[in-house]
Amino acid sequence: MKDSTVAKILPYPLNAWYVAAWDHEVTRTILARTIAGRPLAIYRTEDGRPVALADACWHRLAPLSLGKLIGKEEIQCPYHGIRYNAAGRCTSMPAQETINPSATVPSFPLVERYRYVWIWLGDPTLADPDTIPDMHQMTDPDWTGDGLTIYAPCNYQLVLDNLMDLTHEEFVHGSSIGQKELSDSDFVVTHDDTTVTVTRWMLDIEPPPFWRKNMRDKFPGYEGRVDRWQIIHYEAPSTICIDVGVAKAGTGAPEGDRSQGVNGYVMNTISPETDTTCHYFWSFQRNYRLESQLITTQLRDGVHGVFGEDEAMLKAQQRAIDANPDYEFYSLNIDAGGMWVRRLISRMLEAEGRVSAAGEMGPVRTVGSPI
Amino acid sequence: MAATHAAVWQSARVVETDELTGDIRRIVLEMSKPAKVEPGAHLDVRIDIHGATDRRSYSIVDATPDGSRVALSVYRSPASRGGAAVMHALRRDEVVQVTQPLLDFPLRVGAPAYVLLAGGIGITAIAGMGRLLKSIGADYRLIYAGRSRSAMAYLDALTAEHGDRLEVHVGDEGTSLQVSRLVDGLDEATELYMCGPIRLMDAVRRAWMERELSMPNLRFETFGNSGWFAAGTFTVQIPTIGLEVVVRPGETMLEALEAAGADMMYDCRKGECGLCEVRVLHLEGAIDHRDVFYSERQKDAKSKICCCVSRVAEVPAGQAARVVIEAT
Repeated sequence: MKDSTVAKILPYPLNAWYVAAWDHEVTRTILARTIAGRPLAIYRTEDGRPVALADACWHRLAPLSLGKLIGKEEIQCPYHGIRYNAAGRCTSMPAQETINPSATVPSFPLVERYRYVWIWLGDPTLADPDTIPDMHQMTDPDWTGDGLTIYAPCNYQLVLDNLMDLTHEEFVHGSSIGQKELSDSDFVVTHDDTTVTVTRWMLDIEPPPFWRKNMRDKFPGYEGRVDRWQIIHYEAPSTICIDVGVAKAGTGAPEGDRSQGVNGYVMNTISPETDTTCHYFWSFQRNYRLESQLITTQLRDGVHGVFGEDEAMLKAQQRAIDANPDYEFYSLNIDAGGMWVRRLISRMLEAEGRVSAAGEMGPVRTVGSPI
Repeated sequence: MAATHAAVWQSARVVETDELTGDIRRIVLEMSKPAKVEPGAHLDVRIDIHGATDRRSYSIVDATPDGSRVALSVYRSPASRGGAAVMHALRRDEVVQVTQPLLDFPLRVGAPAYVLLAGGIGITAIAGMGRLLKSIGADYRLIYAGRSRSAMAYLDALTAEHGDRLEVHVGDEGTSLQVSRLVDGLDEATELYMCGPIRLMDAVRRAWMERELSMPNLRFETFGNSGWFAAGTFTVQIPTIGLEVVVRPGETMLEALEAAGADMMYDCRKGECGLCEVRVLHLEGAIDHRDVFYSERQKDAKSKICCCVSRVAEVPAGQAARVVIEAT
């Protein structure tokens, strides 16, 4: 029997792809960013290849991110000018004619996909690009949209909890997407080895302001009631793509005909920075009115406002967690999705030998009953 | 920083010892604080020689997946400084103090092609790389050179493991490795990882430079324990502090100077960093440069010596070797 207490600070798997940056953030100017506890210097070679090196010179650990890019692919330490190539091998040392053979900095595998640059910080022999989570709506020509990054001062799992249970919308986002029917409607949770899905339908309801506006972008002047859906797709360890939308009530959306509605995909992927901070990359994609940059910008800015409400809540929650170390989490029925997420992440951590089934994790404990 | 971490000392129990060749013993340790072992890793062992505590680095040949058991293979060379004798004398259930696996010779995953080159006991650093490259389906060749088959550890196991990818060169069978032929056949993107005697590594490095291949693609590790001459006795003098020291075959010049009370500067103690450099004022004999810090040009100039690994040899033979240096 495992300890049944829910971890307040969940460790992050290392054998996983995390988003390190938006594609447009990786340039010929060095980006300093910490992902999964590893400070990185991220840049592009002249031929466009993204590079991520550990952000500490081999010599005296000065941050390479304060240095400069030299030639086609090299980075030069800002302190004594030691240079490294994209593989992290030293190519030049000051005041000597040879190069110390042990002079290297770790270079991490990167893959550019779905408008993001993904990084693998674990065992490099396991870095299979086929295991990058599916976020194809980011680049599929049938979809368009845009997004931003939130620097969230909380354990990454709190963001996953937030996205796996949307009943909080009624209370946190009352002026935009929240409504009472969220809590009144039933939901269904399914899972497999790497995914969890939470499905919720709200039939024949008044659309909240955000969705009335979206309906009117496609159906000008629409006044009626709607069927609303939220289908939350989680893919381990920290990507959540939410199929959201509304359609004219009773036109067959629950049965699969969404032609009388508007459909969005909220793309979320969270990269732990430290135990209590994370980078939360999101985008709102849609598959209607693809031609309208105005709608793209309105949606991005609107969702940015909504997510700002989450950010404030997550920050306050983490602060309260830190301030109350002697209190534990309790769970509600609505946490089923989030609890399955924790279960899958705990299994990844066990596979990495980072937590034992016996719960020897120090202050962090595993979740649930025996597998 | 590489993938190295600060050494964490721990106790380890000897669970198995085995004679692989006349001079090489395999020693399996059970670690008290297991950590995963990456290819190219070594660990340091604390040993007592004649009452003094010292440390020696040994590459890890293989390990269990969780790192709870690690295997070393120790070569007792004629020039051993005493560490090998201590290691060879270890018996089952004895406990030694060791560091966790340390990595100064990391294998990069993702190169288009690899050549792994082991000379003699250098196979200990290379074997794990071969195993990993095979497991991920990489394009690699493993080249293993030695004096004679009977002196080459793990030869049968490597043959079974690598099949056609293993290329064996044996001195007493007349199939010695032709370094220039090897290097001439490589392309710009191939990475070569080598561990072996300094003569072999110097020859590869020279051929590599002549071909103008990318220097960062030439990877090597040395613990500075082989040279161009057999290790003999020589005398060191530091006139400014009135010191004269005899360096015996089983000790380094740095160790002898330290034992005599000279306040010496050093860091890596394996001929890489150059901190232990001393200036040569007068030389009788030849400098046996065993470091990888100096370039060919600097070695030819004979004006400096990395005293942590390099020595002075009797040249011509039979005439006492002697060096006068400037104190740092």
